[in-house]
Amino acid sequence: MKRALPMLAATAVFIAPTLAQARQVTFETTLKAYGGNEAYVALYLLDGAGKYKGTLWMAGDKTKYYRHLSDWTRASGGRLAEVDGITGASVGSGKTLKITVDIADALINAGYKIHVDTSVEDGMDNPSEVVAPLDASASRKPIAGDGYVKSFKVTF
Amino acid sequence: MLRRLHSVAGLALALLLVAIAATGVGLSLQPAVDRLAAPAIAPGVSVAALAKAVAARHQRVDAIRVSGGGAVTVSFNDGAGKQVEIVDPRTGAGLGAYRPSETFRWLADMHRSLLMGDSGRIAVALSALGLLALSLTGAVMLARSLGGAGALLRPVRGGAARRWHGELGRLALAGLLLSALTGTFLSATTFGLLPGAENPAPAVAAKGGPAAPVGRLAGLAAVDVADLERLTFPARNDPTDVFTLRQSRGEAVVDPSTGRILAFTPTSTMDRIGRLANALHTGRFSWAFALFLGLSTAAAPVLGATGFLMWRRRRATPRVIAPAPTADADTVILVGSEGGSTWGFAQTLSRALSEAGQRVSLAAMDDIDNAHLRAQKLVILAATYGDGDAPASAKKFLEKLGGLERRIPVAVLGFGDRTFPSFCGYAERVVAALDAQGWPRLIAPKRIDRQSAQEFAQWGRDLGAALGCALTLEHVAEPPKTNAFALVGRETYGEAVGAPVAILRFASPGNAPRFEAGDLVGIVPPGSAMPRFYSLVSSRRDGVLEICVRLQPGGLCSTWLHSLKAGEQIEAFIRDNPSFRPVEGRAPLILIGAGAGIAPLAGFVRANDSERPMHLYWGGRSAASDFLYEHELAERLAQRRLTSLRTAFSRHPADAAYVQDRVADDAHRLRVLIRAEAQILVCGGRDMARAVAETIEAVVRPLGLDLATLKSNGRYLEDVY
Repeated sequence: MKRALPMLAATAVFIAPTLAQARQVTFETTLKAYGGNEAYVALYLLDGAGKYKGTLWMAGDKTKYYRHLSDWTRASGGRLAEVDGITGASVGSGKTLKITVDIADALINAGYKIHVDTSVEDGMDNPSEVVAPLDASASRKPIAGDGYVKSFKVTF
Repeated sequence: MLRRLHSVAGLALALLLVAIAATGVGLSLQPAVDRLAAPAIAPGVSVAALAKAVAARHQRVDAIRVSGGGAVTVSFNDGAGKQVEIVDPRTGAGLGAYRPSETFRWLADMHRSLLMGDSGRIAVALSALGLLALSLTGAVMLARSLGGAGALLRPVRGGAARRWHGELGRLALAGLLLSALTGTFLSATTFGLLPGAENPAPAVAAKGGPAAPVGRLAGLAAVDVADLERLTFPARNDPTDVFTLRQSRGEAVVDPSTGRILAFTPTSTMDRIGRLANALHTGRFSWAFALFLGLSTAAAPVLGATGFLMWRRRRATPRVIAPAPTADADTVILVGSEGGSTWGFAQTLSRALSEAGQRVSLAAMDDIDNAHLRAQKLVILAATYGDGDAPASAKKFLEKLGGLERRIPVAVLGFGDRTFPSFCGYAERVVAALDAQGWPRLIAPKRIDRQSAQEFAQWGRDLGAALGCALTLEHVAEPPKTNAFALVGRETYGEAVGAPVAILRFASPGNAPRFEAGDLVGIVPPGSAMPRFYSLVSSRRDGVLEICVRLQPGGLCSTWLHSLKAGEQIEAFIRDNPSFRPVEGRAPLILIGAGAGIAPLAGFVRANDSERPMHLYWGGRSAASDFLYEHELAERLAQRRLTSLRTAFSRHPADAAYVQDRVADDAHRLRVLIRAEAQILVCGGRDMARAVAETIEAVVRPLGLDLATLKSNGRYLEDVY
């Protein structure tokens, strides 16, 4: 089963004043068939200097486990307001998390990086197991993570 | 109210709790399995040393983690993707890939969410709350039924379901309470119902100096592996990244270049409580504790099943049997019943009174009002709950009594269990209240022991005499299922002294229910519906059903049994008599009886395979005529199944004595036995039992004991007829 999560709300950071100045960007995270509990997955954006810009999506709704997404926690300060309205179900072994976000043109090709943290109970914590540029040239090129992410693909 | 809550919660949650308990039992094995799978942590190895050994074997190490159960795992990447391995905590040597058990994962998922996500988690959370309520109400009810909080350790009496429910519930109480309490807490954390758990960690970066060998970092060398929860290594490509070292007391950030601790965030109080709850719920810190929790939890399904049986039995009992409208009745029967059996007696009485031409009305004691007092007389049948408390249908009776307008003649019949310290305690309180408020007595109050149909019939004759009519009360509690037993042997004693006693042996058919020495056999003589009960000498495995029957002058049943010929059959059923049985263990037994009361005592001796110390005191009339089991007892002494035998014969020409005289003679020896936790079992007629009780009371007084204490501890049991 493919997971297609509707991406309605995004934090104001990503949305340009008018839609004409924004682009729909799709993020597809496919997990390996690691065969354990469902994974918590956080997608978030850091700028070129490594400064936190905002969270794109949080897959996993039990906040007590967020501490295991350690890079996300450190970057965002672990504030729950950061994932308010952009939280969904955790992602099962071998499943795909697909989200679409309207992202302001100003953020694209501007040195921003997408980070993916994953964590599985009784398994591994993988901070920043994927780091991909928010760059149109990287569109549709899958990247593998070294933890649970089999492939991560951004489509502009 | 409390019982209602207990029943409703129990029934509603039964299936859920069985599922949660069953998976909980499975999970309780995990710490033991984990303990076997990974070597134990021994103190004396520093985190720095372990990290050095691990780092030497891998290109890149991400983290070292110590699981709650003490297994040390390392996640690393040697170029082929991230992997996790188990390591030896002493040497850092790799012990192979770490694979969490699929079975335990499934069990945990089932246990936490019934495999149904959040709706399942809510159901589990409610079950945890329900279990908490069940444990608490159950403990209070058990304490009440045994006679107060101080009596919680007394033996539980009653039918099989009730005993199992009480005994198991008591054993499992601590584990179930702990599981329910911590489970509720964990559920609340899962749903974010508790205040935020963690202190925020400060964002700190290293100076960016060249990385020092991990084995030399002071911040890591200072911590023992035994105190480690997690060590996260810095990212290779980021010189400002740091080691984070998590211990139960907090999280330290260590500079990979200088080894200095850059920041320390102590664990918040809420987080500590959460960790404690988790540890206590899973028992992961000790496999033995986890197994204790598992065993307690395993009791839950049995408690559910026995509780259900008790509930169904209660519901099956009649509540309303009202033959005549209250207004024109001339006799009102008021019933104070706990389990429902007293209603059965009331129905028998009502039927007999109706046959004698009376107009009878029946009501619960709680329902008493002025309309009832238009009748000419009141008959109160009152059971007792626990240690003298009001039974379920009489909770408000004493309160209501004072407010009534009239006083009419009243007869009180108490139902109870003589083995309880406060026999018919509630009926006695009712009598005292009636006397104090000036209610005239119709007949003297009487107490019925353990639903004795014989005593009830006797009381009926007294009541009939007072009413001027013959009242025959043939009470049959429940028509029991009987088996046919054929007479195979008989020995008759005591004819010469005018007290014939027959030892009767019947062949026990293969389909006979289980029975043991000390249980009762109910025998229904032809022409009567009322069973007579006799103590059993034998157990089913002996293949015979053996009883001692004293010929009662004019007794329907005993006359018939004495006249039975070999091969003739009787219809009989077995009734458990758990309240008259030796306690488990090796403590000495003091068996005291007279006449046919030797039956269960001889049975206990016969079954004494383990050669437990047993001392028998027995009284008869004449050694030459009614020395029951004389030869068998001599044989048992030789086999050491019987330790000592003391007899008394009331018609002995030179040394006439009763059994209580032998008990008094042996006071010193008995005190030694009682000090060694001996249990005393007394069987025989009421007069003998009273005399023995008085003698024993005097015997134990120098030990600072009294009969009531011995009785309430289950160390003085009586089977009296």
